[in-house]
Amino acid sequence: MTRKLETGILVLPVGERDHAQGRADAPVTLVEYGDFECPYCRQAYPIVKEVQSRLGPRLRFVYRNFPLTELHPHAEHAAEAAEAAGAQGAFWQMHDRLFERQFALEDENLVEYAQELGLDADRVAGELAAHTHKPRVREDFMSGVRSGVNGTPTFFINGVRHDQRWDVDTLAGAVERAAVVGA
Amino acid sequence: MTNTTTRVTRGPLPPGVPAPDFTLPSGPDRKVSLRDFRGRPVILAFYPADWSPVCGDQLALYNEVFPEFQRYGAELLGVSVDGVWCHKAYAENRKLHFSLLADFEPKGAVARAYGVYRNADGITERALFVIDGDGTIRWSYVSPIDVNPGADGILQALEEIVPSPSGGAR
Repeated sequence: MTRKLETGILVLPVGERDHAQGRADAPVTLVEYGDFECPYCRQAYPIVKEVQSRLGPRLRFVYRNFPLTELHPHAEHAAEAAEAAGAQGAFWQMHDRLFERQFALEDENLVEYAQELGLDADRVAGELAAHTHKPRVREDFMSGVRSGVNGTPTFFINGVRHDQRWDVDTLAGAVERAAVVGA
Repeated sequence: MTNTTTRVTRGPLPPGVPAPDFTLPSGPDRKVSLRDFRGRPVILAFYPADWSPVCGDQLALYNEVFPEFQRYGAELLGVSVDGVWCHKAYAENRKLHFSLLADFEPKGAVARAYGVYRNADGITERALFVIDGDGTIRWSYVSPIDVNPGADGILQALEEIVPSPSGGAR
């Protein structure tokens, strides 16, 4: 009895819980599972921005945490810091800041970034110390594992894992094709 | 039917068949056999070679998901045709929590027995087998060689073998 398991399908649909840029009714949703300390995610960061600017309102972009903590000792706290910023309505500002300052992700840096972004930095520090957002990061991570995330970054386009390269033309092309189908 | 026909890759052994037993080195002075793990699920992860790029690496992912596999009582064994010293250096460098087996001599013999040796390349396929506690293959999967298959298929297969795993890890 041969059985084909579905692999590489997003099992946790994009919803209210997610950090999203773009309209909920956009024809295409790009989900990235990323790690703030991963050099490849750092590489992908401006590429995603370029894809967003090419697609405009036709694209919704969602970022979920997939910290590879065995490889990247700062990745878990960085993810929690982004969520802590998110709790103050500034997830994307922190997301950008973390990728732009990937070389400095010690706890004191994370709190400093919160300060620079005009957030309640003491609250961020407290939430980091208490691991307030750890369950959320874990939920992101496990949803990725269950969906066939196979490294960072892993992209899903309208719920299907993108197994090709993610240079700007390839990624934008794939998103564009999905936008046409999804429109 | 002739005895002289050379066995070439015939696809991975399918679910329902007994997993061929084997004994392979898991280190310079250690060996493991599949039968050592009777009573527990075993994940056999054949992969082409040690030292592939870090972040997209299949074994790095499994290292991260390892606590989840342990909830099912499962043993994870990585298998490639690399030698024991290469495995040792690689496992230490990547801080792997599980054993790497050297299918080195005769080269690829275990991979051949499971139908996942690539004759033309001299390496194994990127193939997964989930074996139950009785030694029966319950799931097998061959990924395109350059696509890391992730861990979702493994977890789905383990769920069927062990419906109620132990409480959350980490």
